[in-house]
Amino acid sequence: MTTDTTSLRPSAARADAGAETTSAPARARRPRAQRRAQLTAWAFLAPVAIYLVLFYAYPLYKNVELSLRQYTVTSFISGDAPFVGLKNFQAVFTNPTFPPAIWHTAVFVLVSIAVQFALGLALAVFFHNRFPLSGLLRALFLVPWLLPLLVSASTWSWMMNSDSGIVNAFLESAGIGQINWLTSPTWSLIAVLVANIWIGIPFNLVIMYSGLQGIPEELYEAASLDGANGWQRFWRITFPLLRPVTAITLLLGFVYTLKVFDIIWIMTKGGPAGSSTTLAIWAYQLGFGNLLPDFSSAATVGNVLILVALVVGLVYARMQRRLEV
Amino acid sequence: MRTKTFLRITAVAAAAACTVAGLSGCSASSTGSNSNAAKGTYTFWDPYPQYDASSAWGKLVAKCGTDAGVTVKRTGYDTSDLTNKALLAGQQGKSPDVLLVDNPVVSTLAKSGILTDTGTNGLSTGSIAKNILGAGVIDGKTYGVPIGANTLALYYNPKVLQKAGVDVSSVKDWASLTAALAKVKASGGKGITFSGINTEEGSFQFLPWFWGSGAELTKLDSSKAEAALDLWKGWIDKGYAPNSVIQNTQTTSWQEFQSGDFAFGENGTWQKDSAKQMNAGVITIPAEDGGAAPVPTGGEFFTIPVQKDTARYAVTKKIVSCLSSGDNVVTTDNTLNYITASTSLQDKQLAADPSLKTWVEAVQAAKARTGDNLGVRYPVISEQLWTAVQKAESGSASPSAALQAAQQTVASKTSN
Repeated sequence: MTTDTTSLRPSAARADAGAETTSAPARARRPRAQRRAQLTAWAFLAPVAIYLVLFYAYPLYKNVELSLRQYTVTSFISGDAPFVGLKNFQAVFTNPTFPPAIWHTAVFVLVSIAVQFALGLALAVFFHNRFPLSGLLRALFLVPWLLPLLVSASTWSWMMNSDSGIVNAFLESAGIGQINWLTSPTWSLIAVLVANIWIGIPFNLVIMYSGLQGIPEELYEAASLDGANGWQRFWRITFPLLRPVTAITLLLGFVYTLKVFDIIWIMTKGGPAGSSTTLAIWAYQLGFGNLLPDFSSAATVGNVLILVALVVGLVYARMQRRLEV
Repeated sequence: MRTKTFLRITAVAAAAACTVAGLSGCSASSTGSNSNAAKGTYTFWDPYPQYDASSAWGKLVAKCGTDAGVTVKRTGYDTSDLTNKALLAGQQGKSPDVLLVDNPVVSTLAKSGILTDTGTNGLSTGSIAKNILGAGVIDGKTYGVPIGANTLALYYNPKVLQKAGVDVSSVKDWASLTAALAKVKASGGKGITFSGINTEEGSFQFLPWFWGSGAELTKLDSSKAEAALDLWKGWIDKGYAPNSVIQNTQTTSWQEFQSGDFAFGENGTWQKDSAKQMNAGVITIPAEDGGAAPVPTGGEFFTIPVQKDTARYAVTKKIVSCLSSGDNVVTTDNTLNYITASTSLQDKQLAADPSLKTWVEAVQAAKARTGDNLGVRYPVISEQLWTAVQKAESGSASPSAALQAAQQTVASKTSN
């Protein structure tokens, strides 16, 4: 095909160069050649386009469709679910579970990201100064990342067990007394937050550390010569130069944390009494949590999550553009 | 509709693939090979992925197929996965010939219209005990037959009771049980462990006490229901039950009991071998005023999903009958730690193993969760029930307030 187009092009050019009046057949051939070239282009695009449609666009479309129709187990099979517009969204927004779920999601995401980022950055700066065994120590900090989520969450769940967990054993020996981490509505969200922060630190550490390595050493040397102290060097050089890396870390962190499900489900199942139910947990509870699946409501909550992530993504894109200008 | 869209996309994809490859010989004719599997092969889904083809269960399924003159292709799925797999298969018109599902799911699947009732598939339910069959009966139609049943009872640790000076035969009703727990605590032991988690397991474990008080699932905020929740809440508050029951699954609750510190552990038939190893005894769960409380039945049902080719039901029926009756089902139930579903077979099972006495009694006093024609209302009620239990246990609401809220939610959800 490629040879075809190249062999055609000179002849078409020649026809153009010739008298305008005689070019009728050549003109007919030229669009054909273009069409062929275009087809070739589409053919090369096809694999990725099909992949995107099959595995991204279609499921997304189905999810939106699920949330706009009233699916029951009966209509799920027969396929005649009535179109109800935004009624499912209205039902979700007015559901008594919604306000606390939004609040828990907001607290969970913001606190997780803030603490993970602060600790990740602090550790990155710490490890940026090489010292004996720093490589080994850094590797140790990566352990949470290497463990399957199921393992880490179960382990946290055991450690935070009210009666026989090591955390409470420690607290009791320190004279503080038993805290019902996973079984009291006051503590459950904090308990899953602690576990999630622990799991998220390595991600922040690794990205911020690699960002630090992109900052030229000379800047620090020059700053030292000018008499900048360590604190000033961090706030005037490190932090501003890390801004692009920070933005992407925060964005990825936001999306990852927004959809966190495994940790909470394994540790508290969103309980007790909904005190650690985030939007992701709620969506799962609606769809698969009891014996009678409510697909439409679950898809609706899922779409709300996607919308939130989209908005944050757009904010990021805007910020990125501003940074580049 | 959905299949059509999917096919169209596949066709486009295939066409595009041809373009990419630059092949000229891409024919549009389909091969037509993905219609039903070859004749004589029957598909069978069960929630026992732990048994492979070489296990006794796997061999029995194969043999029942051979006896019916066909090959059975068996697939084991995770229980929690099976409901959605079955619904999806039903939607695509690719249901298996036999579907073995957890009994409370039968009403959901029947409601969706993917199951045949005994009027269509010809299965006989003659000797099956009514209380166990109840899970498969909706509006007078029966949508399957039980493979057997398991249920809950109260395991006790004789060592802990002896130390506390409690005679287990004195435990006859709620008052005597609570008194026993007090004595155990005073002697330095731990009282009772159960699973009060916010999933179906939590409702399953609470139901013996709920029903034992005389409460009905149709009215969650009755004073009787409150008495049952007060009982659990009181145990936690007084330290007779550990705080961890709020997040205990039945497995973690059993691990607590196995630690040897607990006097009582509410758990299922499936732990009876493990109980034997630690020399634990078992009694039926007492009702508020004595006697065995109605306990919920667990265990699976054989169901026969709707097929386009209705001629298949005759063979399918033969396979299911072979698996669900006579010595075959007794053997299976013994492996699965189930009690058989028909009274005559229960006697046979008991004669072979007298240690099953408590369990047979418990199963005879048991009730199906989706029974009483609750059907698909049960999942809604159950979710509110475990939510109320969680609220009361964790102290975020009083038992009466929690149950009232639960009943209100049920009313609003089942009305439309």
